Amino acid sequence: MEQGGSASARGLATPLTAWHEAAGARMAEFGGYWMPIEYERIMEEHRRVRSSVGMFDVSHMAEFLVEGAGADAFVDQLVTNWPSRLAEGQALYTPMCRPDGGTQDDLLVYRRGPGRYLLVTNAGNRAADRDWMKQQAAGADPPVALSDVSDAMGLIAVQGPGAVDAVEALAGAPVADIGYYHFREGVPVAGVPALVSRTGYTGEDGFELYLPHEGTLSVWEALARQGVKPVGLGARDTLRLEARLPLYGHELALDISPLEAALGSFVKWEKPGGFLGREALAAQKQAGSRRRLVGLRASGGIPRAGYAVTRVGQPEAGVVTSGTHSPTLEVPIAMALVPRAWGIKVGEEVSVEVRGRQVPAMVVKLPFYRRA
Amino acid sequence: MATGSVLDDRWYTAEHEWIAADGTVGVTDHAQDALGDVVFLELPEVGRHVERGAVFGVVESVKSVSDLFSPVTGTVAAVNKAVKDQPELVNQDPYGRGWLVRIDTDDQLQAGGHLLDAAGYRELPT
Repeated sequence: MEQGGSASARGLATPLTAWHEAAGARMAEFGGYWMPIEYERIMEEHRRVRSSVGMFDVSHMAEFLVEGAGADAFVDQLVTNWPSRLAEGQALYTPMCRPDGGTQDDLLVYRRGPGRYLLVTNAGNRAADRDWMKQQAAGADPPVALSDVSDAMGLIAVQGPGAVDAVEALAGAPVADIGYYHFREGVPVAGVPALVSRTGYTGEDGFELYLPHEGTLSVWEALARQGVKPVGLGARDTLRLEARLPLYGHELALDISPLEAALGSFVKWEKPGGFLGREALAAQKQAGSRRRLVGLRASGGIPRAGYAVTRVGQPEAGVVTSGTHSPTLEVPIAMALVPRAWGIKVGEEVSVEVRGRQVPAMVVKLPFYRRA
Repeated sequence: MATGSVLDDRWYTAEHEWIAADGTVGVTDHAQDALGDVVFLELPEVGRHVERGAVFGVVESVKSVSDLFSPVTGTVAAVNKAVKDQPELVNQDPYGRGWLVRIDTDDQLQAGGHLLDAAGYRELPT
């Protein structure tokens, strides 16, 4: 049971931490930050995003600027997807691999202009990502300037079928015409200049608003006055799981490749000049990765991260990477990494060991939820 | 201090279970609030022996998995089937329809030792 305490004692503060505490949110440390887990109840917040709209403080995310004559070549080398091919004002999702094919992090790359990128990575990996990118940028010719601007930025995600109307009502310019995985900079939102991005981590339509740190609270409060309710990280996790979006440290990690995580479509083999991890990933693709990610639907128990997954007649076990009770489907769901050698297909049965009991689970198609 | 309502007609554990005079056991209002949406319960079978202070079941919310500790030593006399089917009853009515099990016990139900009375539970640091 949580006790009150200053943010500094529990983790770094976002521009909204004091607001969350004043609103009575249940708080916890996440990625080094003191973050809201739930304001009311996870299920209610989850369903509100699926049916109308909710807003999330995701200011803990790390932001890096990559600029200079060598920026295009640098980002293409750094990640598995192909950022230099983006139009100005376009973004992509990509894994970032180590030479051994393991995943350093997963991120969004925004192409702001020729040789100008914004990279958004996970809070918990901020220092490691900075070190890794600096190492890769060292000696780049032509040169690349890399700067960590995380502390100068706030980030609010507005998600759900009502998100476009909610943001448009506060924006001093049209935003509804911004396409999926596109963005526009310098749009005034409640008078604050924002980078408005048609992206999210919920499986719903919506925006992510990149804001100056000092303007973040006034945008949040303006959204609240519009009737947009806050949603905590608890529902963010159940929403992303239903939409099969990977969470670093679960579906992706230093010892999990994007191919194992079924993210092969974000690996661009044909990219000229290659990229970090290409050789190892190509070898994996050739031989078939040892493990593959599957979706599970269980009954009689909730599979949780780390629980063993077994199959009749197979000596090698798999492992649950994320699991919860699905608020939308109202059944236990999970993602799991299982041996490719199982040759398992949708509709076939496995067992998940839940506290010493064998709970049956069926392999199902991913994602668990797709918006109409 | 334990938040939420605390009823005077029963006894409590430091782990936020309650037990009534007839041996009915559940979790407190404070516990259901701290757990969040309860979505799954693992409860013992009727006839099973339970030990005071030992784990007798598990309560799962969307985010967490928590053990349930028995307030007394005895035998499970009844299990609430309704709460197995509708775990949200624990959130909606933790002292009523959200009860978990009834335990036949020879333990004395009184404050001191393992149990707290309502006043003692209200003062419990959390």
